[in-house]
Amino acid sequence: MDIVLQQLVNGLTLGSVYGLIAIGYTMVYGIIGMINFAHGDVYMVSSYITAIAIALISALLTFLGFESFLVVIIGTLFLTIVVTGAYGWVIERVAYRPLRNSSRLAVLISAIGMSLILQNYVQLSQGANQQGVPTMLTGALRFHVGDGFVQITYMKVFILIAAFAGMGILTYVIQKTKLGRMCRATQQDRKMASILGIDTDKIISTVFVIGATMAALAGVLITLDYGAFDFYIGFIIGIKAFTAAVLGGIGSLPGAMLGGLILGLSEALFAGLISSDYKDVFSFSLLVLILIIRPSGLLGKPEVEKV
Amino acid sequence: MSQSVGINFKKSSIDALIAGFMALILFGPIVGVVLDGYSFNAEFDKVAWMVLVVIIGRFAMSSFFQTEKGIAMAFRYANSNDGATVLPPGHKSKMVWIIPLVIAIGLLVPFIASKYVLTVVILGLIYVLLGLGLNIVVGLAGLLDLGFVGFYAIGAYGLALGYENLGLGFWSMLPIAALMAAIAGAILGFPVLRMHGDYLAIVTLGFGEIIRLVLTNWASFTHGPNGVSAPMPTFFGLEFTRRSRDGSTFHEFFNIPYDSAYRYMFIYIVLFAVVWAVLFIKHRLVKMPIGRAWEALREDEIACRSLGLNHVLVKLSAFMLGASTGGLAGVFFATYQGFVNPSSFTFFESALILAIVVLGGMGSTLGVVIAAFCLTVLPEMLREFAEYRVLMFGILMVVMMIWKPRGIVRVTRTGFAARKGVVK
Amino acid sequence: MSQENVLAVENLVMHFGGIKALNDVTFNIKRGSVSALIGPNGAGKTTVFNCLTGFYKATGGKIILSAGGKETSIIKVLGEPFQMTDFFSPVAFFSRLKYKMFGGSHLVNRAGLSRTFQNIRLFKEMSVVENLLVAQHMRVNRSLIAGILNTKGYRKSEEEALERAFYWLGVVDLVGSANRLAGELSYGQQRRLEIARAMCTNPEIVCLDEPAAGLNPSETEALTKMIRVLRDQHNTTVLLIEHDMGMVMDISDYIVVLDHGEVIAKGGPDEIKNNPKVIAAYLGAEEDEEVTL
Repeated sequence: MDIVLQQLVNGLTLGSVYGLIAIGYTMVYGIIGMINFAHGDVYMVSSYITAIAIALISALLTFLGFESFLVVIIGTLFLTIVVTGAYGWVIERVAYRPLRNSSRLAVLISAIGMSLILQNYVQLSQGANQQGVPTMLTGALRFHVGDGFVQITYMKVFILIAAFAGMGILTYVIQKTKLGRMCRATQQDRKMASILGIDTDKIISTVFVIGATMAALAGVLITLDYGAFDFYIGFIIGIKAFTAAVLGGIGSLPGAMLGGLILGLSEALFAGLISSDYKDVFSFSLLVLILIIRPSGLLGKPEVEKV
Repeated sequence: MSQSVGINFKKSSIDALIAGFMALILFGPIVGVVLDGYSFNAEFDKVAWMVLVVIIGRFAMSSFFQTEKGIAMAFRYANSNDGATVLPPGHKSKMVWIIPLVIAIGLLVPFIASKYVLTVVILGLIYVLLGLGLNIVVGLAGLLDLGFVGFYAIGAYGLALGYENLGLGFWSMLPIAALMAAIAGAILGFPVLRMHGDYLAIVTLGFGEIIRLVLTNWASFTHGPNGVSAPMPTFFGLEFTRRSRDGSTFHEFFNIPYDSAYRYMFIYIVLFAVVWAVLFIKHRLVKMPIGRAWEALREDEIACRSLGLNHVLVKLSAFMLGASTGGLAGVFFATYQGFVNPSSFTFFESALILAIVVLGGMGSTLGVVIAAFCLTVLPEMLREFAEYRVLMFGILMVVMMIWKPRGIVRVTRTGFAARKGVVK
Repeated sequence: MSQENVLAVENLVMHFGGIKALNDVTFNIKRGSVSALIGPNGAGKTTVFNCLTGFYKATGGKIILSAGGKETSIIKVLGEPFQMTDFFSPVAFFSRLKYKMFGGSHLVNRAGLSRTFQNIRLFKEMSVVENLLVAQHMRVNRSLIAGILNTKGYRKSEEEALERAFYWLGVVDLVGSANRLAGELSYGQQRRLEIARAMCTNPEIVCLDEPAAGLNPSETEALTKMIRVLRDQHNTTVLLIEHDMGMVMDISDYIVVLDHGEVIAKGGPDEIKNNPKVIAAYLGAEEDEEVTL
């Protein structure tokens, strides 16, 4: 019983992070109908920037002679989000915008190319070895359940709060602000939106930046919790986040979050109760299964073909 | 608006500064601060160089596209029509003599080349096979398969495990592996191919990774990361080993001194024959109804359905044929290495094969052959740049898609002579 | 269902989410006729077309195609969801499973109905002849072995396909462009090629979606002649959606008028011309300005 509860807690935090990354896939798919293969690697880049930011800020604080978890975390979040957002913008500008009128296949291949570039670029500049960050927030809440206990580290609590805050802010921006309205209009009908005076190229860039900032938030949170990462992590987590996006219904923002949570929970349960070696196989099989049974996902609208 | 084509250096400078600023943000942390444990080493000189290169590059580019030549080039790019050329009916290529020449040179290679060169050429041919297989799927049918390495692995492990568990040798596994890969392709493709093409890309990407994970984790069957040894091919039952447990060996039978190069020569010759067979089949396929259907499906799926083509089965046939070619290549790879382990089947391999197809031109056979040799043989020669390989492939894919999405070699189509029309 | 009607549509209903695009549409198309489906913009003409040709799965109703000596239910071949009763009757279960796995709009074409598209859908990177050869995919020798070995039977089948292709190129006056890429043709030529391609599948009924859109008057006249050739020389039934009322009244034997997803009138051209409902639907008022029926 305590194992199940413990895995549920782990799954919830993992799932909220999957949800954050899935947002990038789902928004880009919604607006230009492409799978941004480089998105997982944007997340990977953000992990490195997190570690770099922590190292830089810690060094600065030591130099100034004081210590503060809050300053480190806020500074890291700020730096990571800004730099990763810049990556999102540049990737769109360089690899996707020139292909706006090309075939889908060309865009997909360009995205794969971008993914390879990011991986190798990080590997070349930071080395192929696994990197890590120091543990920053220790301590945990413990709940006794029967004979055993369930442990929720403060870090996990922080992740949950931060992830849901991120999703909340994004939902507000998309639903209530002018920018969000323009995004939604562009998603509905790009041509019409541009006729009405919306600079759709700019909106598409914005969507890439939003996706990247959400991935950056995920990168900071996961890196702080797990500590270790390498240049290859974007690949698997990218597939999983995409699975989450499809599960929730690709193109749907709440769907991405819901899909992330469901995937995180079911994967954690599978890993805890059946086999942790095959948990990636499980997530992937889930993707194929959803595509067969309900390709439009939980909250997505079925696609009507335009004949 | 002035009509002068003078270069507006102010605009170029602003472009260059913006690019430089972005480069500073991007390269600053990742290149400039190299992690070392929990602390870091600053390498700001590298960043400065990179930013400088970006600024100069952007300035030059911005200026160039303001010159007359640059405007003309941009215009040509925007209106480029690098579609196919239809050859006149009854067209006979003047280059036909090249085929016997290549065959003759190819047959001479094992007898003149050193063992090292021979192994490199064999690797090149294996990638030709892989490229041809993927070219059917991506180039002709327009389906992006990112897990092609999975079928390659099925072929390679098929030989190794088939020999270990069932005692099947190279010759029996060659067709069986092709069949196994095709069946795997069918199982994977059938549910996914009825959906939007993009889903196929990510599902196959996952598939390739799953195959590798299973090979690594199912240690009781696949021996995990340690790998399995694979048998060598036999020449009418004669083995290419120094000594044989049962039966006689190749060198004893022909009464010649033992040389480990014989084995590679033999693999080379068989592979060479198989590559030509696949080339021939591919050459026929594009002219056959099924090949036309693949291309039609790439062009417009809805129109194909309105003409009575079952889009799922047509796509599936391309997917399966491509997969079986990958399986064949896997068998050759296993026997060539004499050993297989999961690390040979990473996503990087899939990316390399995709790069071959992209560079060679989708649908172009000749282009794929040339590209396969370029991308496998060149890195062998330029060992010191080995770590930049993946970066180069990535840049290659992006640049090719923007500049020449149909590849370097222009696709040609057969023309048909007019004839009297008859109905029934 | 009588053999007299090649197509029978009964109580067709189509909903998109909450929007009712078609509401109880019923009409029959007589074999060997030229029939037209007309109506103001947004009346649901293209939706009816897409239901008939199997690109949309109708929400309710029946579409029966009587061609090739058998009757085909177009909704059934697209694959319907399983019913409770299927789990007790293996035959029904497997038939439904078969259509769920292998069904789709291609079966509609194989049953004898072919179509063209409002926004032309040619294989642009393929040559004109190849476009017509693809259309004959189901009629040629598709054996892999025969094709690779280039056997006599295969060559004969290909030759026949080419002859048929050139026949249809002759009908649509495109023999001179046989070896050009389809994407390079002019708009009018592309429209004609699409009709030829639809005819290459040997249909009993061909559905043309706005064939005269974007054509100049002389091209429209040539098209009218061509449609008559299809009906008179090839016994093909023609069903078209068209906005060019002059042309519709000129060639149609039978007209179905749709408005707001419902059939408001059916009958011969003269009947339709004088139907007050039709005039009201088109003009909204009694003033007759642009459209002279």
